[in-house]
Amino acid sequence: MPGKVISTREAVGRLVRDGASVALGCALEPAIPFAFAHEVIRQRKRDLELIGPISDIAFDQLIGAGCVARVSAAWVGNVSAGLAHAYRRAMEQGIPRRIEVRDHSNFTIAQALLAGALGAPYLPTRTLLGSDIARANGTFREAQDPFSGETVLLVPAIVPDVTVIAVQRADEDGNAHLWGPWGVSQEAALAAKSVIVLADQIVERAVIASDPNRTIVPGTKVAAVVHQPGACHPSPLQGRYRRDHEFFHEYHRATRSIEGFAAWLAEWVTGVADRDAYLHKLGPRWEALRDSGKPAAEARF
Amino acid sequence: MVAQAAREIRDGERVFVGMRLPLMAFVVAKRTHAPNAVGFFELGVVRDEPASELLYTMGDNPNIAGAIWCARTVDLMGLLQRGEVHAGFIGGAEIDVHGNLNTTAIGPDRARPAVQLPGSGGGADIASLAHRLIVIMPHDKRRLRASVDFVTSPGYGRGGDWRKRVGLPGGGPSVLITTLGVFRFADGSAVLESFHPGTSVERIRAETGWALRVASTVRETERPSEEVLAIIRQYDPQGFWTRRGE
Repeated sequence: MPGKVISTREAVGRLVRDGASVALGCALEPAIPFAFAHEVIRQRKRDLELIGPISDIAFDQLIGAGCVARVSAAWVGNVSAGLAHAYRRAMEQGIPRRIEVRDHSNFTIAQALLAGALGAPYLPTRTLLGSDIARANGTFREAQDPFSGETVLLVPAIVPDVTVIAVQRADEDGNAHLWGPWGVSQEAALAAKSVIVLADQIVERAVIASDPNRTIVPGTKVAAVVHQPGACHPSPLQGRYRRDHEFFHEYHRATRSIEGFAAWLAEWVTGVADRDAYLHKLGPRWEALRDSGKPAAEARF
Repeated sequence: MVAQAAREIRDGERVFVGMRLPLMAFVVAKRTHAPNAVGFFELGVVRDEPASELLYTMGDNPNIAGAIWCARTVDLMGLLQRGEVHAGFIGGAEIDVHGNLNTTAIGPDRARPAVQLPGSGGGADIASLAHRLIVIMPHDKRRLRASVDFVTSPGYGRGGDWRKRVGLPGGGPSVLITTLGVFRFADGSAVLESFHPGTSVERIRAETGWALRVASTVRETERPSEEVLAIIRQYDPQGFWTRRGE
């Protein structure tokens, strides 16, 4: 079998074409693959559709860098500071370009990806009936449940070209262990045409097979495995490192203006070669975030 | 606000907690009158004990360690849709007299907004599907508006039996807690129930964007007990979430 273990640079180069739909940030606040997002910006990918529940500032950075044509998401902002400046500039002023938004809630984005994972055309739901989201997002349809006659909202399947997940550990075939909350990560991975796994650690297959309930996605779905420690900073990865709250506030303050955003991007993204250089630049700040957590009770198979 | 929000949680309830002040309200309720309340977090976490330290987001490591369930968003949202969640907290940029919340965009054109807000997150789901919606927000005439530009999270629509007509299974806002007072909803419209110590009905009228309805029993909001204040100070000693008179 050809090796799936490649670098972030190769994974983005090979698997993310201009115009692709890409799901990321699927565990909500934790395990956001910032290392992937930054490489997308460095490679100047264009016209992407971003898919996700909340994304935190990863979407804001990709939008501000001009990589994005459309967002299908429940929330785009900065979880620490609230509003996201680059997203605001894009929507309010068309800077650096106009983007299309398909509004979702966390439940409907989960259902859209679950429908994709199930190979179903849509899922019916009761959420958002009467909400303007149901009208503003032109992909939804209101219908009558043929069984009860009640009104339901039909949420069509979303099938991302690429889903990117960051995990604590994976083997070289992409069998991946993620612990902590999964958000919509599993549906997004199963729905996708291809999956990129950023693993904090590469382990032997036997480690994965010793605890298969912890596997979020089997290697059969995975196109690329990247060994990328610290891929999620400033978001946390359970049992590895904590969230760098101040980094989110610094980003918020630094990106208020277009010039400020450009300077931030030059300092933290385009001005560093890769994730290892980024972590080196963080220096002691990065070391201080490490958190080895507590062991779980043993489960015997 | 935190003390009043805590009073809205009843013992044994399953509650969609959210972040910031609602999270503190959950901590206060758990340690006082509602020790058996269970907290649901939309990223896929269920806790029967609050985290041991102050949280900044629901995904912080201390909120995951010691949880009783780590699951998928769709699992918790499914329980919500099944009617198994009693109450949920939500905040918003704007609210109208019928409890409809806007967290999406300000301005008449969604595609070209005057102000782009972050969006629903799980807020619209909680507003659609929880038995009771507890709304917390700063009191400001620009935020408490006669009508909102975009209904992200449905309250009582245009009032009356609107929720039933559009197919929402029940629920709706039960209370709006602001920095100045507490509103309940009667026939789908907000009615001022109490004003916080140091404020007045007249001040609230002046800072509310709709024609204020006042309950005949309007009174001062009950002050937080020393026990509750001590819990809040212990949990948030720097006043990170509670500093602004909240």
